[in-house]
Order: sequence, then structure tokens, then C-alpha cells
Amino acid sequence: MADTLRYRDDEPVDHPAVTVDSFLDQSNASAVRIEPGDDARELLPHLDRLALVEVNFPAFGDGRGYSSARILREAGYEGELRAVGDVLVDQLAYMRRCGFDAFEPDQRFDMEDVKSAFERWPEVYQKAADTRTSIWAKRHP
Amino acid sequence: MYKYDQYDQAMVDARVEEFRDQARRRLEGRLTEDQFKPLRLMNGLYLQLHAYMLRVAIPYGTLDSRQMHALADIADKYDRGYGHFTTRQNIQYNWIKLEDAADILADLAKVEMHAIQTSGNCIRNISSDHFAGAAADEVVDPRPYAELLRQWSSFHPEFSYLPRKFKIAVIASEKDRAAMRLHDIGINIVTNDVGEPGAAFYVGGGMGRTPMIAPCINSFVPLDQLVTYAEACLRVYNRHGRRDNKYKARIKILVHELGAEEYTRQVEAEFAHLLDQGVEPPLAELERIKGYFEDPLFETAADSQIDRIDPDFALWIDRNTVAHKADGYVSAVISLKPVGGIPGDATAEQMRLMADLAKDYSFDELRVMHTQNIVLPHVRKADLHALWTALDAAGLGSPNLDTVEDIIACPGLDYCSLANARSIPVAQKISERFAQTGKTATLGELKLKISGCINACGHHHAGHIGILGVDRKGVENYQLLLGGSEAEDVSLAKITGPGFDENGIVDAVETVTTVYERERADGERFLDTYRRIGMNPFKEALYG
Ligand code: SF4
Repeated sequence: MADTLRYRDDEPVDHPAVTVDSFLDQSNASAVRIEPGDDARELLPHLDRLALVEVNFPAFGDGRGYSSARILREAGYEGELRAVGDVLVDQLAYMRRCGFDAFEPDQRFDMEDVKSAFERWPEVYQKAADTRTSIWAKRHP
Repeated sequence: MYKYDQYDQAMVDARVEEFRDQARRRLEGRLTEDQFKPLRLMNGLYLQLHAYMLRVAIPYGTLDSRQMHALADIADKYDRGYGHFTTRQNIQYNWIKLEDAADILADLAKVEMHAIQTSGNCIRNISSDHFAGAAADEVVDPRPYAELLRQWSSFHPEFSYLPRKFKIAVIASEKDRAAMRLHDIGINIVTNDVGEPGAAFYVGGGMGRTPMIAPCINSFVPLDQLVTYAEACLRVYNRHGRRDNKYKARIKILVHELGAEEYTRQVEAEFAHLLDQGVEPPLAELERIKGYFEDPLFETAADSQIDRIDPDFALWIDRNTVAHKADGYVSAVISLKPVGGIPGDATAEQMRLMADLAKDYSFDELRVMHTQNIVLPHVRKADLHALWTALDAAGLGSPNLDTVEDIIACPGLDYCSLANARSIPVAQKISERFAQTGKTATLGELKLKISGCINACGHHHAGHIGILGVDRKGVENYQLLLGGSEAEDVSLAKITGPGFDENGIVDAVETVTTVYERERADGERFLDTYRRIGMNPFKEALYG
């Protein structure tokens, strides 16, 4: 837990996340871990009992987790969305835009690099799962 | 032409600083090469056989003289005094040092250019019709749509780690000058029965080792849902495209394995969902962008008379100029295919000259063609002689557009680490042979395309005549293909039979053109004759 970067104020869930299959089988888990091949939409009927969704990135080049994150946020999920695994500092800004608000990387970040990663982009073109105002919206208020 | 506002500029400036920081961390050893690779690729920096190659984006192939001058300056300052225009309307430099890359990106940003997403598993530079805004046959100028998609796809947070690269082309006429259906997504701006404009989506085309022609998955997406529809196409691909095998990771394989119908069904479901998510830019943004692509002030009474007394000039006019929508104007093609030259290469001096001529004669605008030539889109007929005289003096006056000398060739074994065979020398020998025999003139339109390996960067599948370099027991060998087209009559070429060595392939090309000359009916192109008579007569002549 010490190495998890969190951008939310609530208390972290205190039990480990279960696989999607066992989550769908058991009614009391409130934390689940999505693997790249899992369908995030299977969780949508159960969002109200979820407090933590971990999205695993076994290899940073596999970008399926970005879509999983957005799908959950678009469906109204407001709990913690944590990227775990091979999560690199150069991906943080995009992950945040896709709705991740916690990061548990295999390799510890340099906090200076994290700071510059989040401060890097003064603007964004697209609307995504974060609250940033797109350039398009600014051009046409 | 599109101009950056403070937002566009802020984004490319931020990108330069991001890359500078990434390159520094790489040089300090804080990023491994594996970690750095996708980052440098997304900034156009690709490791070739001998050095880094930098690919600079020329969005939808349009640039002005200031930008062309900047490209020439980069060639002089950081490379060996030349650059190479590519089949996706970009330019690449072949001899770049990693230490210089961030400075080059900074130089580019000063002239509203970049190398963003010109490589890597992300949405690449959007290509378009090189005669956009000038062609007499277009429904609308396709470039505003391409620019909108450029903005949408730049730094897209969800689609920057796709299964594989992703190429989009946008056209807006029945004539396809951008190989639209051989792209991951091809968009054709069309009008429906009641005259409203919309976008037809073709998804899952491509060349490479498994060439496919994209099926139309939606014949009319309203323009105020264009971005949302593209987002749906990409999301289905990002989630379900294969990641277990990089040779099966392009969207064409997904569409093929699911079937176009099932892929379409999934896209439509995602689209219906995304329509509520507010991802579409306001239509006012499209209108804002369109404002930058208004016609230049064409002279209404421009003189249409051309003095054809000089036969060399007359030949160039006939071959290298194309009808324009405005009376008294043409689009003029500057061939980068001099006989015996390297297709698509231009020296810094030539770039500067083309820039200056564009300023003097073409409303300060140039285009890069996917066939690796340059267009001055809006030239007064009255200025053609002066233009041609200047081009000819600089070795840029080859009258060979769409002829057998107008060859597309990939870099091949001279540069590329994936190559099986050299492409450039084969192209050089073929153009020399046909120029010598004088047959170039009599063969008419004949599109010849050469790839140095199965990855097909030289579009050999789409050549009327295609050549594919393969490795046969350690020796370079060339297969011959016939009957491909990337135009509106799109088709994939077929292999004739056993391959040839380097001299043999030049002879083989000559042999098939002889069959064509013998068999052609009135007005038939090589491709038409091939389609009519089939492969056999060619095979007999080659192997008989
Ligand atoms: S076709 Fe092959 S040899 Fe040619 S550039 Fe592409 S990868 Fe390299």
C-alpha cells in the first residue's frame, strides 16, 4: 500500500481484490481486479457494491486497460480505479484522463517525474473520463 | 491552410518538452530501451540499419513555403542535406542523432509542425487527397475533416497503446487518390439523397503481409457524429484486436476474423453508447477549421492559353498537370522520380526551390502525394512556362507522372533493418531501362510499386505491376505481381510465379509490358488489358 499513489480522499479498501470470475460468484467482495482480456462491462450491473477496481497492466504496451477504465467511468462508477502492474510514469497523464485515480506500479516512481507528468499538458483536445475542459469546448464556450 | 491557435501551439510545445525529458531520462539510463522505444516511436524516431530515422508529419500532405524551408533547413543542419517524402505524405530523414531529436522537434514546432504519432502503435498522421481543394471532382475539401481527426487523435488517452499502428485516410470524391480502402479506416465524405454531407466509413483495409480491401461498414455517418463514430471503431479494436501475434494485430485481421457484419454490430453498439458521452466536438469547430481552407482568390479571367511551342514543355504539361476546378488554373506535379534517381528523395536546395515556386505561383501552398511527388495545387496556366523552366533547371522537370518511371519504392535494404532485398536500385534500373528504350511514353499510365519485404511499405499489392523483394537462401530475389490498384477500382495484385534476380526482374517488367503492347485494345491501360486477358498470356511470356 505504501507504494500506491492515490488521488482520492476516502479510505482505501482494506481487503485484496478478487478476479472478475470470483467477484461475479460472490456477493460480498467490494474489490475486483480486471485483467486485459476481461470484459469490464460484466461489472456494470454491480457497480454500487464496488469500492475498488484494479486494472492490471502485465505489460505497459497492452492498452486494453485504458478502455476498461473509461467504460467503468462512463457507466458512472465513482469508486477507486487503480492501475497496477507495469505502469510507467510516461503513461500517467493518459491513465488519469481515462479515469484512473490510483496507481500501484511494479517499479516505484520518482516523485519529481510524477509531478512533471501531471503538469505537462496545459490543454487537452478530447473529452475523456476526467474533468478537464477540452480545447474544443474552450474554443466554443 | 490551417493555422495553429494558442492551443495547438501549446500542445506541440508541451510535446517537445516532454520528449526532451524522455530522451534525457533515456540517456541517463533511467528508461530502458524497451520503455523508451514506444515513446520515441510516438515522436517519429525509428531505429534503422545505420542510424535513427526521424519521420515528420505533414498533416494531410499540405504545407506552405515557410514549412518547406524549415524542412530543408533540418536536412542541412541535422542530416545529410536531403530528405525522403513517403507514401503517407510525410518526410523522413535517415541520418539523425538521438541527441539532436528534441532540438529538431523544437525547430519544427516553430513552424507549426511536429513528428507526433508518425510511428508506433497509435493513430498515425491522417492522410488525404493531394488535390484536395483543387480537384474539379470533389464533393467538398476533405482536409477540414482530416484536421478535425488530427486533433482528436493527437495524444488520445485511450488509443495510444493500440494492438498495432493505425492509419486513417479521408477523401471526398469518387476518384480515390489516397488509397483510401487500403487504410485501417478510410473515410469518404459523400452526400446523401437530399444533398446533406456525411461520412462513409471503410474499416479494415491494409497492405502488409495480409493485404485486405476495407469493406464499407457505414455508408452515411452524419458529420456531427464523425468523431464519435471513429471513437467507437477504435474502441472495439483496442479491446478486441489481437495482441498475441504482431502479424495478426492490425484491425484488418479483427474485421476479417469477426466478419464485417459482426464488427459493424459491435461498433454500432459502442457508437450508440458513446453518443451520450459527449465526445463529439461542437459542429462550430468544424466550421472554424473550414474557415482555414477557403479557396484562395483565383483570378476570374485568368488566361487559359498555353504556348506549346517548346516540345519538352508541352510534354510536361500533358503529363504532369491536372485539371483544376477554377478556369485558367491547373495543379502541377513536381516529379521526384528523375530517371535513375531515388524515388521520393529531394535535396535541401530542391526543397527550397519548390518552396519559393509555391510562393510565387501557387498561393504559397504545396502538397505531398502518396506517390512521393510534390504538387503545386493552384498554378495559373499563364505561369506554367516560367514554373517549368525553373523546375527543369533544377532537375525537377521529369515529365513522368503516372508512368512506369513514376515508381513507388520503399527504402529497402539500403536503410531498413527489416528488408529482404534492396528496392531503390531496382527502381533506378527500371526507370533507366524504360527511359532508354523510349517506351515510357508509349505505355501510358502504368503504376509500378516496389517493396523490399513482405511488410509492403512500397505498396506492391496495389501496383499495376508490383515487385516484392524476398530472401531466397541468402540471395536477394524479386517476385513479380500484376493487376493491383489503390484507386477507386481497388484490387490486389497477384504473383506471376517464381521470382527473379535483380537484372531478371528488370527484364521481366519489360516482358510484361511487351505483352501489353501486343494485346492492348484502344485506350486500354496496362491494368485494363490485364483485367481483360488475365494472367496466362503474361505467364507464358515470362516462363513459357
Ligand atoms: S517494405 Fe520491408 S523493406 Fe521496405 S521499408 Fe517496409 S519493412 Fe522495410
